[in-house]
Amino acid sequence: MSTHTLDHEAGLSRRSLLGRGLALGGAAALGPGTAAVAAEPGNPANLPPNVPEWSKTLGDGVAVRAYGKPSKHEAHVIRRDVEWLTASRESSVSFTPLHELDGIITPNGLCFERHHSGIAELDPNDYRLMIHGLVDKPLMFTLQDLERLPRTNRVYFAECAANSGMEWRGAQMNACQFTHGMIHNVMYTGVPLRVLLEEAGLKTNAKWLLLEGADSAAMTRSLPLQKALDDCLIAFRMNGERLRPENGYPVRICVPGWEANMWVKWLRRIEVGDQPWHHREETSKYTDLLENGKARRFTYVMDAKSVITSPSPQTPFRHGRGFTVVSGIAWSGRGKVARVDVTLDGGRNWRTARIDGPVFDKSMVRFYAEFDWDGRELFLQSRAMDETGYVQPTKDELRKVRGVNSVYHNNGIQTWRVSPEGEVENVEIA
Amino acid sequence: MSRSREIAILLAAAVIGGASFAAAQSAKPAGKEPQAKPAGKETPAKTAAAPAVAAAPAKVHYGIGREAKPEEIAGWDIDVRPDGQGLPPGKGTARKGEELFVTQCAACHGEFGESAGRWPVLAGGAGSLASHDPVKTIGSYWPYASTVIDYVRRAMPFGNAQSLEGDDLYSIVAYVLYLNDVITDQDQELSDKSFPTVKLANEANFFDDDREVSEKAFWKKDPCMTNCVAGAPKILGRARAIDVTPEDGKGPRVE
Repeated sequence: MSTHTLDHEAGLSRRSLLGRGLALGGAAALGPGTAAVAAEPGNPANLPPNVPEWSKTLGDGVAVRAYGKPSKHEAHVIRRDVEWLTASRESSVSFTPLHELDGIITPNGLCFERHHSGIAELDPNDYRLMIHGLVDKPLMFTLQDLERLPRTNRVYFAECAANSGMEWRGAQMNACQFTHGMIHNVMYTGVPLRVLLEEAGLKTNAKWLLLEGADSAAMTRSLPLQKALDDCLIAFRMNGERLRPENGYPVRICVPGWEANMWVKWLRRIEVGDQPWHHREETSKYTDLLENGKARRFTYVMDAKSVITSPSPQTPFRHGRGFTVVSGIAWSGRGKVARVDVTLDGGRNWRTARIDGPVFDKSMVRFYAEFDWDGRELFLQSRAMDETGYVQPTKDELRKVRGVNSVYHNNGIQTWRVSPEGEVENVEIA
Repeated sequence: MSRSREIAILLAAAVIGGASFAAAQSAKPAGKEPQAKPAGKETPAKTAAAPAVAAAPAKVHYGIGREAKPEEIAGWDIDVRPDGQGLPPGKGTARKGEELFVTQCAACHGEFGESAGRWPVLAGGAGSLASHDPVKTIGSYWPYASTVIDYVRRAMPFGNAQSLEGDDLYSIVAYVLYLNDVITDQDQELSDKSFPTVKLANEANFFDDDREVSEKAFWKKDPCMTNCVAGAPKILGRARAIDVTPEDGKGPRVE
């Protein structure tokens, strides 16, 4: 491998990070307020006045990389899982490497996965979507049928209700990928569900829909008809290309702003009924147990939330003192993000961050806060506000009203401690 | 590209462009209403001839998709509701279900539903929900017995889904309910007739989402911006001390 690594592999490990500090000339020993001035990376043989190999020889021709991949130097930018979290990889989750991404679109190959019985591999010719129940005419659609109907393009976030669920009782995962990585933000192409329901004709007593996947979990959720008619999409493309198998190829439903468990993948059947089904994913799971032993159900909407993605434990400050950029994402299931504030001192004082790039309804936004770091210890936090006036609460505020048994819907403010050496860790503070 | 092919493509583009212009006139602009759609079965040419008249009526049918046949629906319609809708025909007892459970379920869930490893615990946990170690099982947490038969029918056994039906399905579910003391007689017969009468104890402890009322305090007009907390930050807990984060290099192998 190359010798000019930026030490990406060290991102998670305290041991290797300290090792790196020593390599930079014992910076860690300089003490608080004297952050190291980073050494320039690279192999001198490739740096001026020398001319590197790639400036002298021919590289791969066109179509050698028929479906392009990231540079080999980005091989660490991958979905990762937490082995101890689940009993098997077929019913588990992998996390988006948020700390390595910028802008608002999640690349398809990095979108977090949550499967209940592994990835169903459907042949698109054998794909069928059935709509039946309280309709005038039960219908069957092929993939080609769906593509003949008027379609639309929308950017939406999909966040697992269990995102940050491991943090309810305190700081646990020392990586933004694992504290917040059960989210992705994608442009979907699809047919409004309303079009299909009108095609079948709804009976007057229709109130609920059952969504069912074609995987061997036959994943189901009950969806209120009102939401179905409002903004749900029957999607067959993500970021322009076909859905990936792990994201529901060839067809999934988008339920904008609502917990991603409802975004049933490999969608095979929609039954129209007059009451909810109370299936496993809306009773045993995805209900929020409170301190008094009672449980909130049908908690569909994802509350406004944000997180600083860089710096974070996997992407520490490597540059020493001076001008720098804090970068993060914010989103709300209730509409558009209106504002994001950032604090450097653990919530004593806040400044409003700069939202950059498009602001869509129920989509991530990207925010930045630039500042001149003098090398002092920082307690970085971000706080999202949405267009309804909802303000992202602190973790303590959330625990006061929900206790610590909820598992789901933890949207509390995240704290990253930045040490004088630039190391970042997940902490809880008072 | 040859000159003649270039011209042909330009001509095609002009024709397509004209047609899509006509369609765009009759469709509402993309905005808050994703249901906006072009004027149904009208051909683009007809739409162009009378764009004003073609503005979408309330109910447009595209005539796309075919009628689903009853036997097709019957093959896929496997859902069960608390009121009994969807229950498949069959009957069974816990006594008959025990052997099936041991051979088909116990490897993951344990012989008594106590779980082997990290697979879901099916039984026990009574009285634990308000503690700091809640054990959410069918008996302690689930609101409806119908969820058990629905889930077993659609998703179990793990890796051999939709293989249980009829009397075997009812017998296994009866045994799971017996492990949870929901039924106490091993020979009590459960069937599609009697199943809706089986009630679970925790049903009344679920309530609909009320966050917009109970958490109204989170809708703050002007969150604090300066001197919001007194004193310097004090670290209460660190993820590093817990040390359960996977390290880079231990992730899944990539090609």
